[in-house]
Amino acid sequence: MAIPEQTVLQLQGISKSFNDKRIVFPLDLDIRHGEFITLLGPSGCGKTTLLRLIGGFERPDSGTILLAGRDITRLPPNQRPVNTVFQSYALFPHMSVFDNVAYGLRAERRPRAEVQSRVREVLDMVQLGELAGRRPDQLSGGQQQRVAIARAVIKKPRLLLLDEPLSALDYKLRKQMQIELKRIQRELGITFVFVTHDQEEALSMSDRVVVMRAGHVEQIGTPRDVYENPCNLFVAGFVGEINVFDAEVTEVLGDGRLVGQIEGRRITLPARNGGFAVGDALHVLLRPEDLRLLPPERAEGFSGEVVERNYKGMTLESVIRLESGHQLLASEFFDESDPDFDYRLGERIRVTWVPNWEVLLPRETAQPV
Amino acid sequence: MKLRNPFRTAVVALIWAWMLLFVFLPNLLVIVASFLVRDDVQFVRLEASLQSYARLLDPVYAGVFLDSLGMALTTTLVCLLIGYPFAYAVSRLPARVKPLLIFLVILPFWTNSLVRTYAMKLLLATNGLTNQALLGLGVVDAPLRMLYTEGAVIAGLVYVLLPFMILPLYAVFEQLRADLLEVSSDLGAERWRTFRYVVLPLTMPGVLAGCLLVLIPAVGMFYVADVLGGAKHLLIGNVIKNQFLDARDWPFGAAASIVLTLAMALLLYAYYLSARMVRRRSADDALA
Repeated sequence: MAIPEQTVLQLQGISKSFNDKRIVFPLDLDIRHGEFITLLGPSGCGKTTLLRLIGGFERPDSGTILLAGRDITRLPPNQRPVNTVFQSYALFPHMSVFDNVAYGLRAERRPRAEVQSRVREVLDMVQLGELAGRRPDQLSGGQQQRVAIARAVIKKPRLLLLDEPLSALDYKLRKQMQIELKRIQRELGITFVFVTHDQEEALSMSDRVVVMRAGHVEQIGTPRDVYENPCNLFVAGFVGEINVFDAEVTEVLGDGRLVGQIEGRRITLPARNGGFAVGDALHVLLRPEDLRLLPPERAEGFSGEVVERNYKGMTLESVIRLESGHQLLASEFFDESDPDFDYRLGERIRVTWVPNWEVLLPRETAQPV
Repeated sequence: MKLRNPFRTAVVALIWAWMLLFVFLPNLLVIVASFLVRDDVQFVRLEASLQSYARLLDPVYAGVFLDSLGMALTTTLVCLLIGYPFAYAVSRLPARVKPLLIFLVILPFWTNSLVRTYAMKLLLATNGLTNQALLGLGVVDAPLRMLYTEGAVIAGLVYVLLPFMILPLYAVFEQLRADLLEVSSDLGAERWRTFRYVVLPLTMPGVLAGCLLVLIPAVGMFYVADVLGGAKHLLIGNVIKNQFLDARDWPFGAAASIVLTLAMALLLYAYYLSARMVRRRSADDALA
């Protein structure tokens, strides 16, 4: 799938242990030129270690890191055309904003005039032109964040590594910085490698998402891919809320569909991935927004009871307990004209879903975290 | 501030009483004594005079002041040159061994420094351990004269005062954030640049504190000069001690103390000003 000339960074068989504990398992990853790629995973999955390996702060125990075809595995950070925006921002507290941003150019011994003009230019880009003389402790969190970004991008790196850069900001500022980061990335055309544990952030910002768990890559794909076609229960559960039914294949239809037994009902399912045979155990996955709640007198779907309702502003979330005891999460957009919309707690309803939106996975024995 | 708590009130009162009785009052007595006149029977005569201060202008005493300051500055420099790399190295070590090394730095405090100075004398004496070792190894043919030299006094001062340099430096190195060193490297700086522009400025407060903690006692530690320097290499502390205990000229000793204290206060103020100037200069640089 990867087109060689587009690949800017290649990780080949990279592994890393700390104190005999494997943090990153032998892992391969290609990063393409100009893309916004996100490493997504729960804390401790090795995503930050992976970033530090690319940045040169850690040496891999095995494997090779190729940057534009050149082996940089053994190079120290100051010799890699890669820059990092740290989670802590790591601004030099004794320097002004200007000096912080100029640091990388001065380390390259650029002429004074060039340093002046390039720092001005970058500070204007992150809208901090007025604050060049301030010290980091005189800036707000969002402004410090911008300084950290400006300081890294002024080096015109081949790759910009961002280690959970937005996690310290409040919700509104985070949304704003997400848009800002995308703009900066577009303007500069630099490849961004972004680390986060926030699936919403990952989905909304990335060209590609790398879902990681315990040092392994679970799935790589576009945000839409990993959300709509997760390759396993972990990915499905990590990138969003998910409802899981256990099912068994009772019949394989000729047109690529199959019939499955779910909670005693026979339901026709799309077998997009194929390869299922009669008697196979399945997981049938459904996103909360794919579920539909119907009045109890309707015949289709499963009978259940509303046990919880959460008002979320744009949507209304309901927890439904089916007769089997299985609980489902349904998320509905407000539709004022729908008379059936406002179910009360304890009310009996029927649950169905949009046909063909199910995701089928072979049954996993281990449950996701 | 809430002083309702009786325990708190008692503690604060105790501290104030202590300070008043043992710091403020004695200092007041010294100040008063410095403006009085010497008396053979009662130490001081109640007669206002500036003659003690006038005597300090005598070139002999000015010479002692400068020599003493020279030795103290050398001591401070040597302490800094040993203490800075040591504190840095300790701060980079694994957390398991750090407490042990810092304990070893503090350990000498458990022995009185006068006793330790005598121990130093045994090491430096003409037939002392160092000379015996050097002779035994054939490095020298005749014993070296080490005791009663300026070098001996400085060595003694360094030995006694080194912990006062190491501890504040260790404190700033411990606070030095590893991510700042990483980001410096990330931005393309090699080791020397990182040291010059990140490590050194951020540890400067510890350097200043350590220098002051060494320099100020170094001009006053008369017993070190007594034991290791003989009668030749005097510190200001010796002059003051001699006036009180040997010459029995309290007003002159008091005046010398006051001048020394003022000189140190001036030094502290100069440090404060320079530190502030450094801060302002880098801010101006940014706007240039």
